[in-house]
Amino acid sequence: MSTAASNFSIQTRDVNLWYGDFQALKNVSVNINQGEVTALIGPSGCGKTTLLRCFNRINERYGNVKTTGEIRILGKNAYDPDVSLIELRKAVGMVFQRPNPLPISVYENVVFGLRVHSARSSLKKSLLDEAVEKSLQEVSLWDDLKDRLHVRATTLQLEQQQKLCIARLLPLKPEVILMDEPCSALDVEATLAVEDLMLALAGTYTILIVTHNMAQARRVSRECAFMLLGEVVEVNRTQDLFLTPRDSRTADYIEGRYG
Amino acid sequence: MPGYFRRKTFDILARWGSLAMVMVALVPLVAVLGYLTYKGIGGISWAFFTQLPKPVGETGGGMANALSGSAILVGLAGLIGLPVGLLGAIYLAEYGDNAFGKGVRFCTDVMAGIPSITVGIFVYGLVVLRMRRFSALAGAVTLAILMLPIVMRTTEELLRLVPVTLREAGLALGLPKWRVILGVVLRTGASGIATGVMLAIARVAGETAPLLFTAFGSRFISLKLDQPMGSLPVQIYTYAVSPYEDWHRQAWAAALVLVLLVLALNLLARVITRQPGSGR
Amino acid sequence: MDEAGNPGRETHQKEPLAAFSGGGNLGDQVFRVLTAFFAALAVLVLAAMALQMFRAALPSLKQFGWKFLSSTDWDPVLDSYGALPYIFGTVASSILALLVALPVALGTAIYLAELAPLWVRRPLGILVELLAAIPSVIYGLWGIFVMSPWLRDSVQPLLQKIFGWTPFFKGVPRGFGMMAGCLVLAIMILPTIASVSRDVLLAVPNSIREGALALGATRWEMVRKAVLPCAKNGILGAVILGLGRALGETMAVTMVIGNRPDISWSLFSPGHSLASVIANEYAEASGDLYLSALTELGLILFGVTLLLNILARVLIWRVARGPAGARN
Repeated sequence: MSTAASNFSIQTRDVNLWYGDFQALKNVSVNINQGEVTALIGPSGCGKTTLLRCFNRINERYGNVKTTGEIRILGKNAYDPDVSLIELRKAVGMVFQRPNPLPISVYENVVFGLRVHSARSSLKKSLLDEAVEKSLQEVSLWDDLKDRLHVRATTLQLEQQQKLCIARLLPLKPEVILMDEPCSALDVEATLAVEDLMLALAGTYTILIVTHNMAQARRVSRECAFMLLGEVVEVNRTQDLFLTPRDSRTADYIEGRYG
Repeated sequence: MPGYFRRKTFDILARWGSLAMVMVALVPLVAVLGYLTYKGIGGISWAFFTQLPKPVGETGGGMANALSGSAILVGLAGLIGLPVGLLGAIYLAEYGDNAFGKGVRFCTDVMAGIPSITVGIFVYGLVVLRMRRFSALAGAVTLAILMLPIVMRTTEELLRLVPVTLREAGLALGLPKWRVILGVVLRTGASGIATGVMLAIARVAGETAPLLFTAFGSRFISLKLDQPMGSLPVQIYTYAVSPYEDWHRQAWAAALVLVLLVLALNLLARVITRQPGSGR
Repeated sequence: MDEAGNPGRETHQKEPLAAFSGGGNLGDQVFRVLTAFFAALAVLVLAAMALQMFRAALPSLKQFGWKFLSSTDWDPVLDSYGALPYIFGTVASSILALLVALPVALGTAIYLAELAPLWVRRPLGILVELLAAIPSVIYGLWGIFVMSPWLRDSVQPLLQKIFGWTPFFKGVPRGFGMMAGCLVLAIMILPTIASVSRDVLLAVPNSIREGALALGATRWEMVRKAVLPCAKNGILGAVILGLGRALGETMAVTMVIGNRPDISWSLFSPGHSLASVIANEYAEASGDLYLSALTELGLILFGVTLLLNILARVLIWRVARGPAGARN
């Protein structure tokens, strides 16, 4: 690995996680490079989504979750007692499997984050307008939607909805964007469009994507982590991982023996 | 971080505020149950269950007439209402994913919200006027109609919880669908049916208003279905609005018995099956 | 017929196998028609109710026409009937009850569905539902002997001292009256509104919650800005359902409201309601027109609650689809 330690956005050490009695993550230690797309792959139930959901601590919604170990996000342990979930989630955005825009207008979706995170007096209309235009432009929705900013977001096409879900993270200037199979609800063209968007956003943001689709991992990611039964088996440059896997289990998965 | 403290405060306020609302909501429950026990327990005796009411002015006596009357009315209502409700529920759960099923489902939902007293008026015209007298039968028909939506909807929801794979297993063995329903679905869903039945009985056992002018009331134990018949809730009402101290005492005792019965049925129904929609 | 439904269940007996299944298929037909008949019976009862009550109310409808709604006479001796005081009492007590119950019910629903720790949700939910299971007549009994005396001795004098100058708290504090009626109603509709609203909130997809949380919203912000907007129509439905229940509620109201057909601004004065006049007078109504007028009161009640329930169900069904099957 060529990158220096300071260039990691996320570093985990010995992360273990239990849902009740079931251990979903076992001694996970990975480093995620800053400003790159990293993919988490593995068969269903291997813990990749669970791991992703640790990074913004949204796992904790369910009462019976226990997490140990250390997850450093931008150098700060996310599980320290003094961490504010609000600030953590502001810095670590998330895109979900199914597009989940809020049932309000496109405009309000984009500024939702700003509205909850800033004092009302500091939000001038011009500032909001600017944020909306900038964010939608970044996800290349502006031209499509600039005349329809006040339609209900849930009436958009799925592809637009998913891009909107990405756009609404941007005004908060997140460091990391987590994506949980962001294309699984989309058709081929929409998938490609969202993938292009990921590539465009990489560099500015650290993107971590969970995917079932190995071809997608190859297309979008620089680094790739393969997980199996709650463990991280192998992390490597994507092309190396696919061409010359070091672990036989990785090779088996890539060749389609399971999953 | 601007407003961070304010937002956190709002969050905490909302939690405690809504918890306070829950507590306010539960005050009447505690108050009613508390008073019932406090005032009712003294009136419960052997005589209460076995004796007929004494004439006005004499103390003592019991509510045997009302207890037997309620049992007969609810039992008869069950005989009429439950088969209809259960078969209807089977239709809705098994075949009801069409326009007709949707319509029926909608009607039963709406019916559950119709005031019970209007059902009494309906049955008054249907049965009481024809028979030219108040009767146990009219009371039972009223209660049966009131049972119908509850049995149908609860049972349907719970039958739907029987996994599709079980049905398919039966069908794959070559059983015709109706045998699968009777043999597999109903057997697996038996607890769901029991729940529906118990909730319906609990609901109508306390029903008062429509009985005032269908079953009316009676001070005697009677088995004649074409004669007026007493019932626990009606007797509670009559005694409660009467001016006699001793009747008030008996009303509290009767109320305690009724509430224990109704709550026990409700709790039992919930123990048997998890109600759909409550919690995840 | 079942195209709309679960295809997995039906495919086994479509045409190709029909040739082999012979008798079984006939059995299916019979069974299906039989159960459909009983399902239809529920609809028929509702239709028959409407028809029968309309027919029974016809003499009164003919005799009094629209004036029935605006007249304040209720005189069995002169056979002259008007419904206004009863309509007033019903509407006023129900709306006041709604105002009292609404904040508590919504707070309860939000707590139970969104904010409570997971382990208390179910037990607390059951307690709230038990509140709905207690029969009306029991609330009435409690209202007569506990609540009304309490209102008379503690609450009403206090209110009069502070707000006595408004028209709402004039007159002698009696305990029985509009205020007692609307309080007992509030208690009775509270669990309806709370539990239906809770179910509506639970039907809001989890992804909406996670979307808001992942943007750094607090739980309360998540509820207020993401979940409630999704659920607002369903909650409106729950409120209307509660209103319908309040309008038709009989025993508890008649036992505490005072049963006098007065129209007054004061919460202390006695009132009457559609349901309670029916409960009080139906059994003893002599004379065809008297009975018919009472039936017309019932018809009004039936019509209004029917419409409200239809509206409420439409609203609720849109958010939380009625049958479990349609949700998958």
